[in-house]
Amino acid sequence: MNLQISMPPVDTAADRATRKAQADAAPKMSIRNLDFHYGSFQALKHVSFDIAERDVTAFIGPSGCGKSTLLRTLNRMYSLYPNQRAAGEILFNRQNILDPKTDLNLLRAKIGMVFQKPTPFPMSIYDNIAFGVRLYERLSQRDMDERVEWALTKAAMWDEAKDKLKQSGMALSGGQQQRLCIARAVSVKPEVLLLDEPTSALDPISTAKIEELISELKADYTIAIVTHNMQQAARVSDRTAYMYLGEVIEFGETDQIFLRPARKETEDYITGRFG
Amino acid sequence: MSDHTNKQFDAEMESIRSGVLSMGGVVEQQLTRAISALEKEDDAQLLDAVGENEVAINNLQITIDQQCAQIIAKRQPAAVDLRMILTVSKIVNDLERIGDEVKKIAYKAPETYGNARLARVRYYDATQALGNAMSMLRLALDAFARLDVAAAAEVIDRDTAIDAAFASILRQLVSYMMEDPRTITPALEIVFIAKSIERIGDHAKNIAEAVVQVVKGKDVRHASAQEIRAEIAQP
Repeated sequence: MNLQISMPPVDTAADRATRKAQADAAPKMSIRNLDFHYGSFQALKHVSFDIAERDVTAFIGPSGCGKSTLLRTLNRMYSLYPNQRAAGEILFNRQNILDPKTDLNLLRAKIGMVFQKPTPFPMSIYDNIAFGVRLYERLSQRDMDERVEWALTKAAMWDEAKDKLKQSGMALSGGQQQRLCIARAVSVKPEVLLLDEPTSALDPISTAKIEELISELKADYTIAIVTHNMQQAARVSDRTAYMYLGEVIEFGETDQIFLRPARKETEDYITGRFG
Repeated sequence: MSDHTNKQFDAEMESIRSGVLSMGGVVEQQLTRAISALEKEDDAQLLDAVGENEVAINNLQITIDQQCAQIIAKRQPAAVDLRMILTVSKIVNDLERIGDEVKKIAYKAPETYGNARLARVRYYDATQALGNAMSMLRLALDAFARLDVAAAAEVIDRDTAIDAAFASILRQLVSYMMEDPRTITPALEIVFIAKSIERIGDHAKNIAEAVVQVVKGKDVRHASAQEIRAEIAQP
């Protein structure tokens, strides 16, 4: 009889330190002294931190603290609106994406985004995914079929969707629509995924599926997530930034932030002593 | 620490905190009884009272542990709240174990009665060690009530004295047993009593270490006294 007990792999402090050192050596995105204005209102103040490659970074904080604004600067989504401007640096693969010469279409293919409310296009499930791919690549029918299957598989949707690819994406449930949107974001093979409260409109089971999906996608992508659900940030992220009134109050390893935050403001927020 | 936005959460946290203190009160009462069991030889009602309180301690352990589980399930506590709840659950366990040791002492004491040669060890050394263990526990509970890491550090320091007292009692008993084999049976009972006292000191030390963890967020179990003092000195 084999009495050897196999221990589950333990994420030791040393493992975390190694991972942190590796991530710090080559961050996927570096935010440096970022200021952001809506007209005359300053929504972000001197924000500086790194988003590590193949890590999940969560932004938490009370409403109006600037976390969604920060996420929207990471792929220049704000450039769609007049009177919104960012100053400072956001380095992505060593290029400052705030540079006016940045090709925004290309940038948004590299840095995909999923919103709070599922936003399927009013077309079939298949076309919802093929639509984005066609903007960037010319694929044969067979390659496109493969890409659609690949993206839906990545988003843990293939088994549910494979028999109804011609059906409208609008006919899916909320959770399925959200995973379809993630599949659409993934289909153009981005490097970074920005998730803006991706589960706040979903039921608990769909939420659990998306969270599971996030931990799977982490193997290939760098993920930044904004969430109002602090427990979700604790569950899915490797690092957490706590923001308040446009400033990053504390940024650190999620395990540390939720067990032993360094700043009293962070502790008050995550323990529900806020305001 | 300021209040939670949700006042009910505050009430639940206060309930487990005061639960620990009242459980500690019952355990201290038991300790007083164990001391008088060592000192006096003719208290018939004492053991009944010890038995009743032991049941009360066990029930408190279960109740407070359930409250901790409910808060975790309902509130998903984080940071200092989570540390407090985990700590309460540990302290309640230590208090219950102290209760068990005290019961053993009280029940074993009569087995040692009537032996004049051993009376000195029992009256003076064991009683004094148990008194020290009791003041250690009181200080540990004080440290918990006030979240006072300096007091917790003192408890951790004092454990060495209890360990030394245990070694000294053991030495004395060994010499009695070698001199007169008829003392072996009652002397062994005193050995068990002394061991229980030493364990009470250890549990009090565990409680003090748990207090450091709540306040400082650092696990100081198995750390040296010097490391603990360095940790406490940090702001």
